[in-house]
Amino acid sequence: MMIDSLPYLASLSVVQSAMLAALFVGVSCGLLGSYVVVRRVALVGDALSHAVFPGVVAGFMWSEERNIFVIFGCAMLAGLLGIGVVRAIEKSTRLKSDAALGIVLASFFAIGIFWNSIDQQSGVKDFLFGDLAVISSLDLSLMGGVTGLVVVSVIALIRPFQVLSFDEGFALGLGYPVKLLNFIFFGLLTFAVVVALQAVGVVLVSAMLITPAATAYLLSDRMHRVMLYAVGFGCFSCLLGGYISSEVSGMPPGPVIALVGAVVFGFVYFAAPRHGVISKVFRQVQQSKRVERENILKAIYRELETDGFKDSGISVEKLAMVRRTTLDDAIRQGKMLVSSDEASWEEDKSAIYMTPSGWRRAAEIVRNHRLWELYLTDLANYEVDHVHDDAEKIEHILGAEAVRKLERDLDFPEFDPHGKPIPTISRSVESVIGKSEETGYGV
Amino acid sequence: MSIPALETHDLTVTYHKRPVLYGVDVAIPEGNLVGIIGPNGAGKSTFIKSIMGVVPSSGGWVKVYGKPLKEMLHRVGYVPQRESVDWDFPVTVMDVALMGTYGKLGLFRRVGKKERIIASEALDKVGMLPYANRQIGNLSGGQQQRVFLARALAQDSDLYFMDEPFAGVDAATERAIIELLQEMREKGKTVIVVHHDLQSAQQYFDMLILLNMRVVAFGKTEDIFTPDLLHKTYGGKLTVLSEMAEKAAQFPVSNHDDR
Repeated sequence: MMIDSLPYLASLSVVQSAMLAALFVGVSCGLLGSYVVVRRVALVGDALSHAVFPGVVAGFMWSEERNIFVIFGCAMLAGLLGIGVVRAIEKSTRLKSDAALGIVLASFFAIGIFWNSIDQQSGVKDFLFGDLAVISSLDLSLMGGVTGLVVVSVIALIRPFQVLSFDEGFALGLGYPVKLLNFIFFGLLTFAVVVALQAVGVVLVSAMLITPAATAYLLSDRMHRVMLYAVGFGCFSCLLGGYISSEVSGMPPGPVIALVGAVVFGFVYFAAPRHGVISKVFRQVQQSKRVERENILKAIYRELETDGFKDSGISVEKLAMVRRTTLDDAIRQGKMLVSSDEASWEEDKSAIYMTPSGWRRAAEIVRNHRLWELYLTDLANYEVDHVHDDAEKIEHILGAEAVRKLERDLDFPEFDPHGKPIPTISRSVESVIGKSEETGYGV
Repeated sequence: MSIPALETHDLTVTYHKRPVLYGVDVAIPEGNLVGIIGPNGAGKSTFIKSIMGVVPSSGGWVKVYGKPLKEMLHRVGYVPQRESVDWDFPVTVMDVALMGTYGKLGLFRRVGKKERIIASEALDKVGMLPYANRQIGNLSGGQQQRVFLARALAQDSDLYFMDEPFAGVDAATERAIIELLQEMREKGKTVIVVHHDLQSAQQYFDMLILLNMRVVAFGKTEDIFTPDLLHKTYGGKLTVLSEMAEKAAQFPVSNHDDR
C-alpha cells in the first residue's frame, strides 16, 4: 500500500507534502506524547531524540544517496540502544533515571555530531534542525506508514496502555505482559521521534512530543480527550509553524513550530476553563468577595442583635464603625450587598436594610460561626478563648450537610460557648422580617 | 487437608544486593483474613510485592491454590499502596473501577455493558457510585482507598493482597473497609493485608504473620499475639544475620531453584 501510494505522493507540491508531513507528525507525537506526559517520562522523549541522532548519521554513511529506510532503521536501532543503556545504568548503579537519561542524551548526541564532522554528509543537517520543505515522497510514505502503525497500535492497546501508565503493579496483577507492552510503547515512541525529526529536528522534538500533550492535559481529565486534543494542538502548531516559515523568508521551521506550540500552551495556561490561571484567579476573587459580603452581613446581624433586633437595618456611620473602616468604604460595602440583593438602601442612602435573603445568609453565617465554636469547645476540647479565629474561617466553608451533622452531634444546641443564642434560620428570619415590615428603620 | 490459598516456600528477596526478606514459609488456608505486621523496613510490602512479581524474588517459590501464580492470576486481586500511583492521572473513578474487569477481558476486547454493571456494583458497595464521574485527584484519601477497593471487588478474585489499605483513611472508611473484608471472608475469600497498627490487628484478623525480615511467627491470632512474640518482632533487627546476609549477597554462591 505504501508503495502504491507513491505516485500520488510524488505528485504533491512541496507545500502539500509539507502539510501532510505536519499532520503525520502531529498525530503520532500527539498520541504518544500524551502517555509520555501522564507517565512523567518527558525526559525520555528528549533523550530518545538525541540518542537516535548517531543512527541518522550512520544511515547516511551506510546508504547510497540518502535511503530513508536505512536511515530510519539505523535511527531506530540507535534509539533502542540508548534506552537499553539507560536501563543498564539504572540497574547496575544507584543512579536514577534522570541522571542516566542525561548521560545517554549527551553522549549519544556527541557521537553523532563527532561522526558527522569527520565525514560531512549534507542531508544530516535536515534531521538536526528539521525541514519540512525537503521531505521527499519516499519520506512521506514512510511517515504515513509509521503514523498508521502508531494509530492502530494505540487504539488496539488503549486499555493496556492506560493501566500500564496508571498503575504498573496492578497491570502485572492483571496478567498483562508488562515488559512486552513497555517495549512496544518505547518502540512506537522511537518511531514517532524519528518521524518528528524531519519536521523540527533533534533538539526540538519535545516541541511536538511534550508541548501539545501538556497543553491538552491542562484541558481535560479524561485520557482519550487528552490524546485527541494533543493531536489537534500538535497538528495545528506543526501546520501553522510550517506555513509561517514557508511564507516568511529566513524563518527556520523547527523553532517556529516550537514557538507556535509554546504560544498555544501559554494561551491555554491562562485561559483553560478549570485548570487555567485566569479561571483560578477569577474563582479566588469570587470567593473572597463572597467572604467579604458574608462578613458585612454578619457584622450587621451582630449589631442588630445587641439591640434585641429592634431595628432591621443600620446607618452607614454605624456600619463604618463596627467594620472599623471609613465612611466611603462602608458605602462601598453597602453597595456590594445591594448589588447581590442582600440589602436595600434607605432612600437617602444613609442606612441599609437587609433583605430576606440577606437575613437568611447572615443568620446562616452567625449560626455556622457559633456552632463551630461550640463544636471546638465541647467536642474537641478547645479553650473558649481559642475558638473565635478558627470559626472566622470555617463559617464560610461549612456546607449544609456539615451543619446538620454538627447540630446532631451537639444535640441541637441553643447557645454558643460565649452564651449567645445560635440562630436557627427560619425562626430568626421570620421574627425579624415580620418586625421590619411593621416598624421600619429608625435611628 | 485442603490445598492452601497461598503457599510460599523459602521466599527470599534482595534489593540492590541488600537482603530484605529471607526464607519466608507460609501456608494460608482458604477463607481467612490475614494480617501482616511488623516494624518499618521489615519487608511487609516487599513480601506481597514479591508474591505478585512486582519486585523480583531471588529465591524460593510461591503457589496459589496449589499452582504457580502465573496460572492462577485470574483468581488473585491486588490492591497496591495508595501512594504508588499518580492521582492526577486523567481517569475517572469509574475508569479505575473498570480496570478490575480488564483481567477477564484480555488485552483487546472492549469494555461492554456487563463490565460497566460489575464496576458500578463494586463502586456502590464501597459507597463511591455517586462519585463515578469525578476525576480521581478530587477525592479524599479515604475515598481514594475505597476506589482502589472497588477495583479489587470488580476483579471478583478468591485471593486478595492489600498493601496498607488503612493507611491515611478516616475512621468511617476504616470501619467500612474492615466490614467489607469480613464480608468477603464469609464468602470464602482469602484476604491478606499489610497492616501497621498493632492495636487493631488483634481485632481485625483471624491469622497473623509477624514479620521482621523473616517470619517471626505465623498462626492464629489468639495463639501468636503474645507479648513475647511481639517483642521478638519489634525488638530490633537481627543485626548479625542481616550483616552476614548482606555480605553473602555480594558473593553469590548459592543457586536457588527458581520456579
